[in-house]
Amino acid sequence: MSSIGTGYDLSVTTFSPDGRVFQIEYAAKAVDNSGTVIGIKCKDGIVMGVEKLIASKMMLPGSNRRIHSVHRHSGMAVAGLAADGRQIVARAKSEATNYQSVYGEPIPVKELAERVASYVHLCTLYWWLRPFGCGIILGGYDRDGPQLYMVEPSGISNRYFGAAIGKGKQAAKTEIEKLKLSEMTCREGVIAVAKIIYKVHDEAKDKAFELEMSWVCDESKQQHQKVPDDLFEEAKAAARTALEEMDAD
Amino acid sequence: MDLNMDLNSPHSMGTTIIGVTYEGGVVLGADSRTSTGMYVANRASDKITQLTDNVYVCRSGSAADSQIVSDYVRYFLHQHTIQLGQPATVKVAANLIRLLSYNNKNMLQTGLIVGGWDKYEGGKIYGIPLGGTLVEQPFTIGVQPGKLELKEVQCSHCSLENFWSIKYVIRRSGSSYLYGFFDQAWKEGMTKDEAEQLVVKAVSLAIARDGASGGVVRTVVINSEGVTRNFYPGDKLQLWHDELEPQNSLLDILNSPSPEPMNI
Repeated sequence: MSSIGTGYDLSVTTFSPDGRVFQIEYAAKAVDNSGTVIGIKCKDGIVMGVEKLIASKMMLPGSNRRIHSVHRHSGMAVAGLAADGRQIVARAKSEATNYQSVYGEPIPVKELAERVASYVHLCTLYWWLRPFGCGIILGGYDRDGPQLYMVEPSGISNRYFGAAIGKGKQAAKTEIEKLKLSEMTCREGVIAVAKIIYKVHDEAKDKAFELEMSWVCDESKQQHQKVPDDLFEEAKAAARTALEEMDAD
Repeated sequence: MDLNMDLNSPHSMGTTIIGVTYEGGVVLGADSRTSTGMYVANRASDKITQLTDNVYVCRSGSAADSQIVSDYVRYFLHQHTIQLGQPATVKVAANLIRLLSYNNKNMLQTGLIVGGWDKYEGGKIYGIPLGGTLVEQPFTIGVQPGKLELKEVQCSHCSLENFWSIKYVIRRSGSSYLYGFFDQAWKEGMTKDEAEQLVVKAVSLAIARDGASGGVVRTVVINSEGVTRNFYPGDKLQLWHDELEPQNSLLDILNSPSPEPMNI
């Protein structure tokens, strides 16, 4: 899977003989080393969840947010270098408000995803910029219904039913594929996401983690917000029980 | 008001434009008179212009200003449609017009009515009068009285000394009966034919009373099936109170056996 570029990997403006841009692939590695981020599209909305690896026990719970609201109807979960992620979120927020003031309506999620992807891609074209070291999962609810997009450091953007990035993305994808998303409501989706994150968290390698979840669905009146506390606690409890049951087997 | 205008030469640009929603779409209507002062520069103009396949705009006020604004918005909407991958909504078209009107309010003098159909909201009408307000309404009329003649006139119902506002008030009140007509005649959930007949009737009433409106009545019907343009020539319109039958020549009246040139 990984190969050293040896000479062709010093600049993002250099292709290798076999047609790869190594700097972009290294940027993707930065994403793969961060905590898992998943997003799923249920029949009435989107649920996103982040496995926030806690660096120090002194950190205040709830700080260092990884999920951000871009506009009233959409939100973004970031994996990879957090500072790079903040930059992309700022740009997305600015695109969204600019669209609203020019066209008089909330930015369609498809349009937002394209603009974010263009911005990420921009930074892979010039030698004086480095690519963003983060992957984005963008979920929103516009007049065409709920939509989920994923943007990679190369600037590729695709629309998904379920997406995962980060350390546990392979395991998470397998779990997501088991779910029947088209029949699931967001309430059930929240529980499912929590279970998946708890499951893919590697207790041996990383010690503590904090779960962060958000949704945008009919129940939240198509607004992007943190999952309500009671549902959140319910989801965490269900996830812990599921984990214990698995260990007990 | 433009203070650099030669105060002794009157120049007006009157118009009647109407936008009405009905069950399933909208009907836009307009007269066809473009006048500069007493001279009718174009007696068959088309004041309803296309912005996109599904959105049209009725123009009033300065002909140049309204044309430029619609040209810009047509261009922006075209680009927007390409980016979006689907037809633009009426709301977006109206917002673009509003931004141009508001941000250039010192230089422009144009009142516009944007009407169209899109798959999310159905038929919608937006009125954008002089200052750049954006108002969504089930129906709207614009009777542009045009620029003012500078005359010493004492207002009949207020004692203003300011000449600009006096004339404006008088002219305005002359056309305000059309608002009353609509308050009475418009109802929700009309059919396409009812709505079109209402528009034609209203424009023809305005033409009868407003010296700055005349010519033919043009209507544009927009709904999910598409756009239909209709044309009602001026002499085929219903005659209102005190209106004469069209005559070929006054000589016919004089030579006719009946000596009455006018029926009182």
